[in-house]
Amino acid sequence: MAPVVDTLRLTAEDAIGLVQRGDVSAGELHAAYLEAIEERDGELHAYLRTVEEADGASIPIALKDVISTRGVETTAGSRILEGYVPVFDATVAARCRAAGLTLLGKTNTDEFAMGSSTENSAWGPSRNPWDPALVPGGSGGGTAAAVSAGLAPWGLGSDTGGSIKQPSALCGNVGLRPTYGSVSRFGVVAFASSLDQIGPVAKTVRDVALLYSIIAGRDRCDSTTVELPEEVRLPEDERVDGLRIGVPRQLADLDAIEPGVRAAFERSLELAEELGAELGECDLPLSYRYGMPCYYLVAPAEASSNLARYDGVRYGLRTEADTYDGMVERTRDDGFGPEPKRRIMLGTYALSAGYYEAFYGQAQKVRTLLIREHREALEPFDVIATPTSPAVAFPIGDKAADPLAMYACDLLTIPSCLAGLPGLSIPCGLSDGLPVGLQLLGPQFGENTLFRLGHALERALGFDTVPERLR
Amino acid sequence: MSAWEPVVGLEIHVHLKTRTKMFCRCPVGFGAGENTQTCPVCLGLPGALPVINRRAVEWTIKLGLALGCEIRGHAVFARKHYPYPDLPKGYQISQYDLPSCVDGKVILPSADGDREIGIVRAHLEEDAAKTVHVGGRTGRIGGADYSLIDFNRGGTPLVEIVTAPDIRSADEAKRFLQLLRQTIVELGISDAEMEKGALRADANVSVRPAGSNELRTRTELKNMNSFTFIARGIEAEVERQVGVWESGGEVRQETYDFDAASGKLTPRRAKEEADDYRYFPEPDLVPVEPPAELVERLRGELPEPPGARIERLEGTLGLERSSVLVTGGLDRLWEETVAAGAEPVQAANVIANALMGAGVDPGSVSATELARLVDARDRIPRAAFDEAVSKLGEPGFSADPYLTQEAVSDESELEPVIARVLEANPGEVEAYRGGKDGLLGFFVGQVMKETQGKANPRVVSELVKAKLSA
Amino acid sequence: MAISRDEVLHVARLARLALTEDEVDRLTTELGAILEAVGVVAELDLVDVPPTEHPLDVVNVWGEDEPHESLPLDDVFANAPAREGDLFRVPPTV
Ligand SMILES: [Mg+2]
Ligand SMILES: [Zn+2]
Repeated sequence: MAPVVDTLRLTAEDAIGLVQRGDVSAGELHAAYLEAIEERDGELHAYLRTVEEADGASIPIALKDVISTRGVETTAGSRILEGYVPVFDATVAARCRAAGLTLLGKTNTDEFAMGSSTENSAWGPSRNPWDPALVPGGSGGGTAAAVSAGLAPWGLGSDTGGSIKQPSALCGNVGLRPTYGSVSRFGVVAFASSLDQIGPVAKTVRDVALLYSIIAGRDRCDSTTVELPEEVRLPEDERVDGLRIGVPRQLADLDAIEPGVRAAFERSLELAEELGAELGECDLPLSYRYGMPCYYLVAPAEASSNLARYDGVRYGLRTEADTYDGMVERTRDDGFGPEPKRRIMLGTYALSAGYYEAFYGQAQKVRTLLIREHREALEPFDVIATPTSPAVAFPIGDKAADPLAMYACDLLTIPSCLAGLPGLSIPCGLSDGLPVGLQLLGPQFGENTLFRLGHALERALGFDTVPERLR
Repeated sequence: MSAWEPVVGLEIHVHLKTRTKMFCRCPVGFGAGENTQTCPVCLGLPGALPVINRRAVEWTIKLGLALGCEIRGHAVFARKHYPYPDLPKGYQISQYDLPSCVDGKVILPSADGDREIGIVRAHLEEDAAKTVHVGGRTGRIGGADYSLIDFNRGGTPLVEIVTAPDIRSADEAKRFLQLLRQTIVELGISDAEMEKGALRADANVSVRPAGSNELRTRTELKNMNSFTFIARGIEAEVERQVGVWESGGEVRQETYDFDAASGKLTPRRAKEEADDYRYFPEPDLVPVEPPAELVERLRGELPEPPGARIERLEGTLGLERSSVLVTGGLDRLWEETVAAGAEPVQAANVIANALMGAGVDPGSVSATELARLVDARDRIPRAAFDEAVSKLGEPGFSADPYLTQEAVSDESELEPVIARVLEANPGEVEAYRGGKDGLLGFFVGQVMKETQGKANPRVVSELVKAKLSA
Repeated sequence: MAISRDEVLHVARLARLALTEDEVDRLTTELGAILEAVGVVAELDLVDVPPTEHPLDVVNVWGEDEPHESLPLDDVFANAPAREGDLFRVPPTV
């Protein structure tokens, strides 16, 4: 029997239309995705587990495995949470359910969302649908690979320093890291609380905007959420007359940006100008020099604290020992992989007596400067544009042994995350046959502007999100 | 001993009696089944986030105001990390360098004038869960086979009050705590019952040569669960430290645990590693910035502080009596009783001794009936008086049936009894004549006993005095 | 910016990680390199800059003191590694 729908090309918006018109049933749609998963996920390993039955709702969705789902195992890619079945839904999961979305499965992630390649998953790496020898990016490589390979119409990821934007770029998807405070973190396994945000990944900007409208807004279970100052608008305009785009002068000096990435980025800027945008230069000198160091102090410090709860007492792995301390220390040694251990150690050190001021304290001051720098840079502009990732997808294993090389993947995504600002990544072309991401950054709660520009560019670029080898 | 001056500071934890916990809306309360008052937040499940209890914040501000504190316009919760199974997140959420209340002072009326006890800070935090140690030889931690945890108490709101090292004696520490306890009870924010652990005090103790301003090494006394134990613990520790200094030794910084069973302080086993709490601002919460209107509204709700009331009553009743009345929450009844015509000192004595001794709830007592009883105290038989007092709390109580009974004041009836008592206690008689006036009460008591409480004690007293001075 | 083996062991104790000898060796090298990289934040003179307390400019977010339903015991212990009665069981704390 031929599949009812071509999941490779189907957008969420189209899927909603099919179901609403009665062309396919929710069950058929769900089955079509399960069939696609059956066919392609053996190679890609985008999913850690799937849910076999549609529960009566309509459009399927994939959720990153850091998002708690009642009754469905949630491991955050870690052995320490093996077999952990949440007894409550994360707010974003509950909102998806309330909007009629049905859970298709939980997608792979770097352990506790720590990584840029999904190689740090305790359950093995995911692979890039454009070339299975390559990483899909991370930490949300599972969701990105699933959307790219037609294994889900859309999905949710979490982004701390680039974990939505970077894999979206490497897999040729659209991904939004929302303004800090616009989406509830309740029920999402915490990595770094002052940075974590949940956001959508999809094939189109309109799908991303639609999913964002479903999950965003104040949640009384998350004290750091606010009501959106304006409603989410699904973008329609094909022109962006008068929109002002700032391009950081410092990009010119960043050798890490590959020539093919730079070329695709510059072509998309020219296109934006043709669509009516006004281009100018802005300055983010501190961001590119101190963003990464600042991030790798603040995020591990918070992570060392957030991961203190994994002690083998109430849930998760437990390695027995004669004393409580022994049990906890052995459980944690057995349960955490190398990257969480590295970050727990780094963060504990940065917060410890005698080092707090020089490391964590200093980093939080740097963060103040980065917030100011972004505010000033955005003053004369509506949007700042940069490449999302300095490089296209790299081979699995390439950077696995060198933490610092891995950390450098997020050079361009990290600074705005520290500033709490929204960022949208859209595919803007190919370099060596691999997708290049364009990162659009806005002021706090500037998502609608990002959607407007992203949508217009997406239409003009005509990027085919289906990996060439799967067409 | 007098060459040394104790220097004592207190750290007091008070359970707020909010309906729900500090950072989740699980109910707070004793008696619920183990772990039935828990949720993802207070169990520290992955992804759970804290939400501040508004009432706990308001009550902390109110307490701060009652303690004369400055209410900070910007307070921040921090994470304090330490490893223990009763701490599900691996950290306690507590205000740290930016607490809600700072720089207060409490006036403690004392025999030698007012004493000012500084309040360094009062801050809000969450309590740990309850751990039960099972098995082992002694049933104590050191010998336990394993431990069991009930998270019901985990996350309940606590206010921590830290005093300056302004306290100069064990008795002063006790009186300060009694005053503080009463202040808290009257604010309606806690039952502050030490027996139930709703008020816990630790003491930092050092000594110095009297008259000097130095601060010597202090030790910490933990887990003392009654006013008496606190006073006793401090006294013993002061004595020990004086002994150490006087024998040429040096007091070492140590922590002692108070053991309620033995009544002794035992040094805690020194940890291999110094505590390193790694505080940092809790990123899951936003700052507390109480608007001025809120602070002013709460200030307007403050009752007259107990310290001021002690001072007000001191002229009439003396420090001791007025302190007992006020810190016992009895002064309002006393005032009403006096207003109803009772003699003030008599009324104070009856309320503080007879009424409290009988375990009567002062809130249920009719001041008018009490005043009539106080007035008739010497006239009616002691047994009738005692019975009447014990029934004062009963609804619709009337003193009438007791007031018609007369104590025996007839000298001819009393004299043979008195003679018998004096004859039976020749040693006491001799001692009394030798100047031990205090034995008068003994003789009166014996006579009361002989007459089954029917004699008028005032008349007996007069007769005994006359007889023995003859 | 080097970190000594002893410091790594000390931090591991604070972090409650029973590291193997190999892990201690590897982390001593890796953390040294990472600290060197992140240590560049020290080159900025930031005495007058306030630390970021929160990325969001919001204050006074709280909930009313009204009880909600707690979890049923089945849920409380759904993932418990060791339960005794209605209590969580752990090895002795000393
Ligand atoms: Mg405390
Ligand atoms: Zn709770």
